[in-house]
Amino acid sequence: MVVDRLSVVRGSTTALRDVRFTLEPGTLTGLLGPSGAGKTTLMRAIVGVQIITSGSVTVLGRPAGSAPLRSRVGYVTQNPSVYPDLTVGENLRYFARILGAPASDVDRVVEEVQLRGQAEQVVSTLSGGERSRVSLATALLGRPELLVLDEPTVGLDPVLRRDLWELFGRLAERGVTLLVSSHVMDEATRCHRLLLLRQAELLADGSLAELQRLTGQSEPEQVFLHLIDNDPQGQGPNGDGDPADGQGAA
Amino acid sequence: MNPRLTLATARRVLAQIRHDHRTMGLLVGVPSLLMTLLWWIYDGGRIFDQIGAPLLGIFPLVIMFLITSVTTLRERTSGTLERLMTMPIRRADFVLGYAIALGFAALVQTTIVATYAIVVLDLQVAGPEWMLVGISVLSAVLGVVMGLAASSLARTEFQAVQFMPALILPQLLLCGLLVPRELMPPVAEAISDFLPLSYAVDAVKEVARSPDPTIAFQVGIIWVFILGLLLLGIGTLRRRSA
Repeated sequence: MVVDRLSVVRGSTTALRDVRFTLEPGTLTGLLGPSGAGKTTLMRAIVGVQIITSGSVTVLGRPAGSAPLRSRVGYVTQNPSVYPDLTVGENLRYFARILGAPASDVDRVVEEVQLRGQAEQVVSTLSGGERSRVSLATALLGRPELLVLDEPTVGLDPVLRRDLWELFGRLAERGVTLLVSSHVMDEATRCHRLLLLRQAELLADGSLAELQRLTGQSEPEQVFLHLIDNDPQGQGPNGDGDPADGQGAA
Repeated sequence: MNPRLTLATARRVLAQIRHDHRTMGLLVGVPSLLMTLLWWIYDGGRIFDQIGAPLLGIFPLVIMFLITSVTTLRERTSGTLERLMTMPIRRADFVLGYAIALGFAALVQTTIVATYAIVVLDLQVAGPEWMLVGISVLSAVLGVVMGLAASSLARTEFQAVQFMPALILPQLLLCGLLVPRELMPPVAEAISDFLPLSYAVDAVKEVARSPDPTIAFQVGIIWVFILGLLLLGIGTLRRRSA
């Protein structure tokens, strides 16, 4: 997957400025950054539902969002996007039909997110963490080659969080490419590579070890804070206003 | 368009309605209650026949409009529409799936209410009763497709609900129910020529007055509106957004 000089301008605010990176198949990449940095916009652009201003996103050799990609890319939005008034099974069977996935896939994904006992329960009666796992299960239907997960572990207890990250690791071993956003820095240790987004720009890109070396910090949280605090771009009060700024950074 | 995906969507929407017992009760109960009230205040007389026949289609139209615009808008605000738009479903499959499911709900609702009005409340028309039921169902389907088209204009459920008075009530005033269309000011009459509800009421009036009604023209126009509004609903659905 290749993101090249991607910019998204929404009204008077710039959501993404000149972002570029490449994801190799079978890698697990963490997308970090403060809220409002543009993480969700970037993920929306990759799955092809975001109107982009300039640049390009190429997924599995095709422009993002093009029709042949729609069964090969899985996407989980920040809020669980499933039907609250249907059961877990009804939700998954519907989405499986839309994706053209085999019916047996429903049992598999229910197993993978550990919702076996809740399969015939109506989603609105589930806890918040269970709901977000139904949403995640939906994205696993049809075995997509690229998974874009927007904060999939928010509101989950540590045990479940560990289990899900282990699942992400296994998927990557199987050759699935994953891009997972998070603001829990401990989760960075699970990723092969980290992208740090700040004020619409890609601030850092590398493995945790590389970023630790760069900043001289050992704790993931400190690495993150060090990078943000020592970013010359974000210091000035009006650093965003001048279009020349973006040019200078590139 | 892919019939398999359209039908899967229709089944899913119907499953959602089925889970909501209160909505199912309201769907059938409210228009029946309204018809009973109408029968009561007019003492079941000739005026009840005159007003009751057109209202048999208008009550379901209003209800289906609201239900459709709120359910489709919920799909937008909950993120499920965005998720579907990243999947291999066409916009037409989505809109037609909704139209089929809610059109079916409208068919069941209107048939029950019309049967109740004709059998229990003794609503009388000169023409065949099945024609009255058929036009009423078409009106309810009009409510569905108007709701589908309107929901793309609304950003929140709050706005969607307000489209009811904005889009339906003017039609109610101009459709010929309160004042015959030919007796309205010429401009009002001309406007009413472009509103779908006018043709539904024209057709019902014809069935009410004539033992051998000719309503092919009105029914044809209603179908043109239904198809046009469906296309509008499909055309205004966006896969990408800002």
